[in-house]
This record gives sequence, C-alpha cells and structure tokens, in this order.
Amino acid sequence: MNASYSRTLRLDLRADVLIIGGGLAGTWAAVAAAREGSRVILVDKGYCGTSGVTATAGPGHWWVAPEGREAAIDKRLGTAYGLADRASMARALDTTWRSLPGISDYYSFPRDEQGVVQYRGLRGPEYLRGMRRLVLDSGVTILDHCPALELLRDDQGAISGARGWRRQAGGDWQIRAGAVVIASGGCAFLSHLLGSHSNTGDGYLMAAEAGAELSGMEFSNYYGIAAAGTSMSRSMVYTFGDYFDAADRPLPISQGPGFTDDLARALLQGPVYCRLNRVPQDIRARLPSVQPNLMLPFDRHGIDPYRQRFAVTLHAEGTIRGVGGLRVMGDACQTSVPGLFAAGDAASREAIAGATSGGGAQNSAWALSSGQWAGTGAARLARQRAQSQGRLYGLSLANKPYSTNPRPRLDSAALIRQIQAEVHPLDKNLFRNGAQLERSLQALDSVWDAVRHGTFSDDNPLRARETVAMAATARWCYRAAEQRRESRGMHQRSDLPGHDPHFEAHLRVGGLDQPWSRRDPLPQPSLKPLPESVPS
Amino acid sequence: MIELIYSDLCNGCNQCVTVCPTNVLSAGTDGVPVIGEQSACQTCFMCELYCAQDALYVDPDCEQPRQLNPRLIRNSGLLGQYRRDSGWDEWANDPRHANEHWRMDGIFALARAGK
Repeated sequence: MNASYSRTLRLDLRADVLIIGGGLAGTWAAVAAAREGSRVILVDKGYCGTSGVTATAGPGHWWVAPEGREAAIDKRLGTAYGLADRASMARALDTTWRSLPGISDYYSFPRDEQGVVQYRGLRGPEYLRGMRRLVLDSGVTILDHCPALELLRDDQGAISGARGWRRQAGGDWQIRAGAVVIASGGCAFLSHLLGSHSNTGDGYLMAAEAGAELSGMEFSNYYGIAAAGTSMSRSMVYTFGDYFDAADRPLPISQGPGFTDDLARALLQGPVYCRLNRVPQDIRARLPSVQPNLMLPFDRHGIDPYRQRFAVTLHAEGTIRGVGGLRVMGDACQTSVPGLFAAGDAASREAIAGATSGGGAQNSAWALSSGQWAGTGAARLARQRAQSQGRLYGLSLANKPYSTNPRPRLDSAALIRQIQAEVHPLDKNLFRNGAQLERSLQALDSVWDAVRHGTFSDDNPLRARETVAMAATARWCYRAAEQRRESRGMHQRSDLPGHDPHFEAHLRVGGLDQPWSRRDPLPQPSLKPLPESVPS
Repeated sequence: MIELIYSDLCNGCNQCVTVCPTNVLSAGTDGVPVIGEQSACQTCFMCELYCAQDALYVDPDCEQPRQLNPRLIRNSGLLGQYRRDSGWDEWANDPRHANEHWRMDGIFALARAGK
C-alpha cells in the first residue's frame, strides 16, 4: 500500500553512481560500478530480487564457447538485417562467458547427469535473489520501493542524480550522483506478460525529458503465448502443443518462425485452444523441477493440459522482448546525454539483435553485459567528474504544464486503456500497415494532449508517471513504425513488404510534446547481400 | 491475483509486503498483512515463493478477482506448492526438488525432433 508523497520528509543521499532499476541489468551494473571502487546506490520501484521480467522467468543466456562464436554470430547477423554489428555480439558473448561462473557463490549452478556444470540457463527467482546478495556484498546501498520520478541536472547540463518517492516509508528521496545508469527495463504496456508490470517505460520518459534519443523503437511488436486469462507466459511446453478452433478442428499452427503469426491469425478469427498430449510422460513428471511455476495455473484451475484443451492467448511484449530502447553509444553504453547511461531492456539492443528480437537468450546476455559496461562507464565518469555542489534542476515534464489554469483531473486507468487499445491488438501492432499506424498515432496524440492539459491526483505519483511514460513510449514505437516505410525483421508492414535500401539505417526518435524522428544511415554498406525478409 | 492470506498460518514477518514488486500488500494493525490494491497484483507468485509459512494463495486468474473457498484451497495441498517445487528453505536438500532447469534445452530439442 502506498505511503504519502511529500517533499518535507526528504531522504537526501550522495553517491558516485546511481542505478535506477534492480533487475538483471541493474544488479550487474551495480556490481560493476562497485568493482571500480565507486559508492553506489541502487533504487528499485519494487523490490530488487523480485522486480522485473527476469525474476519471474528462467533466463537462458546466449552462452557460446569461444570456438563456436563465429558461427553463432553469423547466424544472428542473418536475422539482424544489417542493424547489428559483429564486434558488439562478440563482446556480449565474451562478457557473458566470463561473468556467469563468477557468481557461483551466489547461485548454485546444477550439474547434468555427466557432472558438467550448467551455466547457460538460470532460474529467475534464485538468480535475482543471488544478485541481490552479491550487490549487497559489493557494498552497494539498495533502496527498495523507491521509484525514481525525475532526473536532475546541474548547471553544466550533466545528469547529476534523481528524485523519487518512498512509497512504503513515505516522503521523497533525492540522490546526488556523479553518473546515473537507467536500468528500468522495457515496456509492455501492462500486458499480462509475466513480471512485466513494473516495466512501464519510466526510464525512457526520464531520459527523454533530459533530451536522450531512442532507437529501434519500431522493433517492439513481439508477442508470447500463455494460457488465456493467466500471466504464465513461459513458452517451452507449447513447443509440444496441438491447436484447435472452437469446433475442435485442428488449426495449422506449428512450431517454427511462423508460429506467432499463425497463432495470431487464428486468434483474430476466434478463440484458439491448445492440448499438450504430446508431452512425453517422463517430462510431465519432471516439469515442476524444470520450471516450478509453469504448472501453477493448470493445477489451480483444475485443468489437465495433457488431456483437456484450454484457451490460449498472446501477450504483447513491447520493448521487453522487442529490441528498441534508449540509444547507447560507445563501449560504456552512454546515452546521448552527458552523465546518463542505459542498460538492459532500457537500452536499444540493436547492436546485437538488429531488426529481430534476439529472444530471451540474447536479452539476458545483453542485460548482463550492457549492465556491466554501463556500470563501469558510469563509475569511471563519476571518478573524473568533480561532483557538482550547486543547484540541481528537476527535469520532469510535470514541472512544465501546458497551462496553469485549473486543469481537468485525469483518470489513469482510462488513459492506460486507451493506450493499450492501440498497442496491444494483434491487428494493429503485430500486423502493421501505414493507414492503421496513422490512426493509432492520432489516437495516441489525443491521449498525450489529455495528459498534458490535465492533472493527476497526488496520491500515487508513480502511477501518474507510468501513465505518461506509456503514452510517450507508444508514440515513439508507432512513429518509428510509421517512418520505417518498408518491412524488416520483426517489423512487417502489409502495405510495404520487403526491404528498401533507403532504410539500411537506424531510426532514432525522441521528444515529448514535439516527437521527432531521424534516419541515421549505416556507416558502411554491408559487404554481404542481405537475406530476403521473412514474409509474414 | 493474490486472494488469500491465512492469518493463523502467518507469523507476521511481513516479508511478502517487502518483496511484492507492485506494492499490493501492507502491514496490518494486527500483524497480519492486508491486501491493499488487489488490481495492482501482476500474478507473479513471488509473495508465495518468499512466504516460508505458506500462508498466501495467488489465484492464476490475472484479469479479475475470484470468490474462493479458503478451506477448500487449504485442503487442496496447493499452498506452498511453488516454494516446495522450487526447492526453497526446508526443501533445499530434497532430491525430488533439485533444480533441473538445465533440462530445458533437451526438452526443446525433443519437441522439435518429434515433429
């Protein structure tokens, strides 16, 4: 339950590095910054250890032995469609390979039947519980239930901390820091994707208020299967699924690259049911110790998924399993704003995934790697920088309302439903066309106008910020999708199938009241011809 | 969504209040946590996992609250299922609940081969 937000009960702290977000990327960032000798504070809007999409899942990592890396990279370059680079992929693979064995004191890596230690896949709850302990043992201060509400900059224009709310303790907090890492996750617009309800794009909003650019936001239309009405978006078992319509007629939905599109088309026609009778008996018995949460919905609703059919759905994954996020540059995941770094799903993953979601394994490797790169970079910058002692300026848009006249009181829940009505439906976001994107952008512009002309109630300042963040994020996603007038990777437009050489480029977006976009052509033409786009 | 807190099982540690990532629960005046903003629950089951007393129950319906019979749920053996299957706390050294997450790769391969 929420405690009051008041600027009179301030917790005032100083750090070299402030990390915003305590999921996979944030915890790795904190560990890396502390390793550099920095004083580090990590704030999480929820609880570092359970917040975010890793803690509730079972992340595999992009885990490839040195001898296999060239082939692994070549394979991924094939689906990146020109927008990833070999060097970043090699660096992420190397960082992941070197990092995981180092946390053996904090995560009990199991051995397989041959006695070989299994590093690649970890259980989410135990992984993040272990990372929390590692972060604390590294000397980092963790502030749970302390959502950041705005970034602060100094007289020189560099980011110098943040301010937020102590939603359980009451009052607000301000942390003055030499550098800030945004590790607040992606945004799935409160779909029921497991663990995603803390990932509402807050970091994108805060960074954009500071002038940061985003990139790859058009690649934000990944969907994942779950039993209808549940959050259990763990997909492994569905590889054995058979699918049926309401009349129990088999549907032509099979595993492989076309799975999501086939399922989505069927769902647009009516309910789709699944049966898991092809799961072998020995695996059924083992599933609770492989994925302990997988069977909870079935067991608790009295469904035998191996015999009975059950309805399935697709949950939008937005920029979580999608690619887009804050544009990061150089070896340290620096954003386009001085003093501000980004990591994990908060950062664009184009460097290793390009135009196609890399899936969970690449995501985890990216969070682990970019987290450490950003944490190290932030620590080194903070060391060079004389910490500003002067006045700090809050950057929240809420400080700059459209008008100071009495403003209408806003209903967050209604605004969120309006945003979801544009970004969740399969026929608007997965299957894209220019006319629909224009209509959605108009609807989202209206939401934005309402947000800027109205005022939110004061009892939950976080929900107000989340609503604004989702409105802004939706507009960036669709603006980029509208501007990329071709089909590439996961961004497929029925009005513009196939690649256009003009879009051998990254699309940058940004701005809040005046959103903008820019096409940055790739530095060099690709040496190899690009593979044909996969038809949707 | 989170539906039930069994006050006679709860030891008042308030760990669930701390670990809930969406701040659904709060410390009650009698020591037993209370469900505050139920609609903010994301049905992630983390509170159950961290409750060593198995005093909480999350219904898998993530869209709307359900009317449940607390006695029936209690007798169903479902309380503590997630924590036990995860091999936490007193289940840590029980070989029946060892971490076999690494088998995922093999299971995927088997599914593909079965096509």
